[in-house]
Amino acid sequence: MNAATYNFAYLDEQTKRMIRRAILKALAIPGYQVPFAAREMPMPYGWGTGGVQVTAAVIGPGDVLKVIDQGADDTTNAVSIRAFFRKVAGVATTTHTAEATVIQTRHRIPEYPLKEGQILVYQVPIPEPLRFLEPRETETRVMHGLEDYGLMHVKLYEDIAHHGRIATAYAYPVKVAGRYVMDPSPIPKFDNPKMTMSPALQLFGAGREKRIYAVPPYTEVKSLDFEDHPFEVQTFNEPCALCGARNVYLDEVVLDDRGGRMFVCSDTDNCESRRTGTGAQS
Amino acid sequence: MPQTMSLLDASLDGGFGQPVFEAQAAFRLLMDAMARPGSRHRVDADVAAPGLSGPAQATLALTLCDADTPVWCDDAPPALGAWLAFHTGASLTAAPGEAAFAFVGLGGAVPDDLPLGSQDYPDRSATLVIEVRGFGEGERFRLAGPGIDGSCDLAVDGLPEDFAAFRAANRALFPRGLDVVLTAGREIVALPRSTHFIPSEG
Ligand SMILES: [Zn+2]
Repeated sequence: MNAATYNFAYLDEQTKRMIRRAILKALAIPGYQVPFAAREMPMPYGWGTGGVQVTAAVIGPGDVLKVIDQGADDTTNAVSIRAFFRKVAGVATTTHTAEATVIQTRHRIPEYPLKEGQILVYQVPIPEPLRFLEPRETETRVMHGLEDYGLMHVKLYEDIAHHGRIATAYAYPVKVAGRYVMDPSPIPKFDNPKMTMSPALQLFGAGREKRIYAVPPYTEVKSLDFEDHPFEVQTFNEPCALCGARNVYLDEVVLDDRGGRMFVCSDTDNCESRRTGTGAQS
Repeated sequence: MPQTMSLLDASLDGGFGQPVFEAQAAFRLLMDAMARPGSRHRVDADVAAPGLSGPAQATLALTLCDADTPVWCDDAPPALGAWLAFHTGASLTAAPGEAAFAFVGLGGAVPDDLPLGSQDYPDRSATLVIEVRGFGEGERFRLAGPGIDGSCDLAVDGLPEDFAAFRAANRALFPRGLDVVLTAGREIVALPRSTHFIPSEG
């Protein structure tokens, strides 16, 4: 019994068409959250079912897929999603950013600069950037519709009053093409500047909340800030302890129970490529 | 031969040979077109629909239309309804206000009352597909906006007469508005609602 009982890329054609139409609308209205009828996927929501559905709707036999989880290609989550698409779509997979045509990501943007023709698919847990200010979907819809982002600015300014800076370090809100405020998913704000005017196409899928949104290539993505408190990314005092990279996002690794620790690249493929001198690296 | 029989015969032809893979390839082309407004693309599939203008329009219908998307077409022949039903499950509507996709042939006019979406749900708008004579000559535009690195130039031959006025009014509605796909035989150029049109000199 070898015959596949599922369709190419797992989803049925009607579901793919519905997701594809949503993606086209999302591209036409950058940063706006398009509702879609998400399907149950053979994995739990926390595993990025929204991203998986977007990837399934766009991927074709000629694609080369990379999957990262917090920058790493080798976590259970990333390995499982890669294996899933190898099986249901027969696609080639890679860990090298430069070789991938489709990159599905949970919470990072690769360090190696993306190029034209690449598609970055973000897994999104909570798509609504205004949700913590206003729990009602009908109200946040109206706020987006009216471009009424005053509450968001008040919240950020309160941060400055309390902390002397905007405390948000992840899922730092952005404004897309001068219109919609968007949640970039829980990437570190370190990655926010990589979104603006990127040559790559950026798609966002939220499975539980059934939303798709998009940033076309060469589109302005501006992190919200104030004139007297401009947006700033995290900085690191030391380079990666493994490859010596600076100006990359580092994770703190605890070495022992006596407080020993070191900082290493979050992007494992970039780090490995730098150490072995293989592949493209930033 | 009874008319119902010939309608059925006509409806069986003109679809994708390999629907799953051809729809995927066509979608990627459409996505690329929508992501990079003004860029020119060419569909490969040898498809044809009675009443639609050419392979590009038929490809778009086969890729995006189904039972959830009523289709409006100017001067739609009865055979188009049968073709859409057989290949896509979509139904023809005579009311532009109900359409998710509207197809306009060469020299046709843009219907007035296509759905434009609401302020809260601007995605609930129609996609307008217009056949033109060709690209690279004719009326010249400079385009800017999301998906365009700075600006790009587009020349279109055979646009509807009132297209410039339509585009200006459509852009003013943003985030509401229609997304336009221009087709010319096998060629496709997308002009989503986010695109700015700057009339270019010379
Ligand atoms: Zn490193």
